[in-house]
Amino acid sequence: MTLIYPKESLDVFPAHLTPAYKSTIKRSPKQPLVIIPHTLSELTGPVYGHDAMQEGDNDLTRQHAGEPLGERIIVHGHVLDEDKRPVPGVLVEIWQANACGRYVHVVDQHPAPLDPNFTGAGRTITDDKGYYKFITVKPGAYPWGNHYNAWRPNHIHFSLFGHSFLSRLVTQMYFPGDPLFPFDPIFNSVKDAKARNRMVASFDLDNTVPDWALCFRWDIVLRGREQTPMEH
Amino acid sequence: MSEITPSQTVGPFFAYGLTPDGRCEWRPSDVYHWKETVGDNLMTPDVSGERVRIEGRVLDGDGVGINDAMIEIWQADAQGRYASRDPRTRPNTAFKGHGRSATDKEGGYGFTTIKPGPVAGPNRGMQAPHIVFCIFSRGMLRQIYTRLYFADEAANQTDPILALVPKERRDTLIAKREMRGGEAVYRFDIRVQGKGETVFFDV
Repeated sequence: MTLIYPKESLDVFPAHLTPAYKSTIKRSPKQPLVIIPHTLSELTGPVYGHDAMQEGDNDLTRQHAGEPLGERIIVHGHVLDEDKRPVPGVLVEIWQANACGRYVHVVDQHPAPLDPNFTGAGRTITDDKGYYKFITVKPGAYPWGNHYNAWRPNHIHFSLFGHSFLSRLVTQMYFPGDPLFPFDPIFNSVKDAKARNRMVASFDLDNTVPDWALCFRWDIVLRGREQTPMEH
Repeated sequence: MSEITPSQTVGPFFAYGLTPDGRCEWRPSDVYHWKETVGDNLMTPDVSGERVRIEGRVLDGDGVGINDAMIEIWQADAQGRYASRDPRTRPNTAFKGHGRSATDKEGGYGFTTIKPGPVAGPNRGMQAPHIVFCIFSRGMLRQIYTRLYFADEAANQTDPILALVPKERRDTLIAKREMRGGEAVYRFDIRVQGKGETVFFDV
C-alpha cells in the first residue's frame, strides 16, 4: 500500500510560533522551512512489534506493589489514517501526571505528593483493527509558569508511530468538559475549534465497568491516505 | 477535508516515559522505573558498516542549550536499506535505524550507530547518505524535521535535497567528522532559531 501525505492536512496543527505559549518564542524557527519532496527517507518509518512490549505495559495501575490513588479509568480507541482505515501495529506510548497533578520528574517540584504506586508511563501496540487500550488513573490538573495562575487542563501525553516517519505524532488527550480549556494556550494553539475538539476524549458509558472504572474513548487520526486516481 | 489529530508539545516531563535510560536525569527516587523502548544506541550484533558517533547540542534563539528536547533519528543501514514491514525490502539484520536521545543539562545529545549508505531519491536518482532528524521539545507545539549529511561524502554535491537548500545555509546540515580514540565522531549542532539557524524542512 502506497500512501501519500498531503501537506494541507497539517493546516490544523499549531503554528511553531504561538506567543501565548511563551516557550515557543525562542524555540520556533524564524527562517522559512525548506519545501522538499517526500523521498524514501520520509515515506518509510520505524517498525515496532510486540517484542517491544511486555505483558501489562498498558496497565499503569499495576506497576508497583500497591494500587495508585485516584480515579481508575480506561482509555481506549482506534488509531486511523486519513481515510479512516485502522492502522495496525502502531506503537502507542503514554505518560501523565498522577491523580494529584504531579509528574515523576525532578523538574516538577510543585507542592503536590508523588504516589509511590504510580510512575505514569505506559505503552501498547495497536491490534489488527487499530485498537489500543490503557488502564490508568485520571491525571490531575497542575500549575505551570507560563502566566499568572496558569493551570494545565487534565491531559495524557501520547506518542505514536504510523505508516511512516511523516505520520509520527506527539500530542495530548484531554477530558470532556474541562473548565480550564478557555485559559490554556497549549490547547488553544490549535485554532480550528473542530480540530481542537478532536483532542478531547468522550465519556464512554457502554465500556465503563460497573463498580470498577470509568471509560473514555479517544480515536486518533494520523497522516497518510491513499492516492486517488485524479492525483496520478 | 482531512481530520487528523493535531500535534501538541511533548512538554518538559517526557523523559520517564520515552527516554527513561537516557541522559536526562528525571528520577526523584528509586521507587520509579520504566523500561526503555527506543534508546540512543542503534547497534545490533548483526549490523555491518562503519560504527560512528553522532553528537551535538540543541540550541534555542539565545544560543542556550535546550535541556528538555528529544531527538529522534531515522536512517538506512550501510547498504541503504530502511527497516520495513515489507519482507521484500526489509534488511536481513535486526538494525532498526531508529533512535531516541533526550538532551542533557547543556542541551547535548548523542547516538551510536552505523553510517548509512546512499538511498534512492526522486526521479530515479540517488541521495547522499543522510540521517533524518525529528526534534521535539517543550516550547515546540509540533515536531521539526531536518537532515544530517556527512562532511566526507562527495555525493553531497549532487544530492537532490541539498540542492533545494539555499547555498549559504547548506553548511547547517553538514556534520563535521573527527576521530576520537579510534572512533569517528560526527558533530551536528541544531540551532532552532537565530544566527546560523539550522535548515528545517516542510514535509
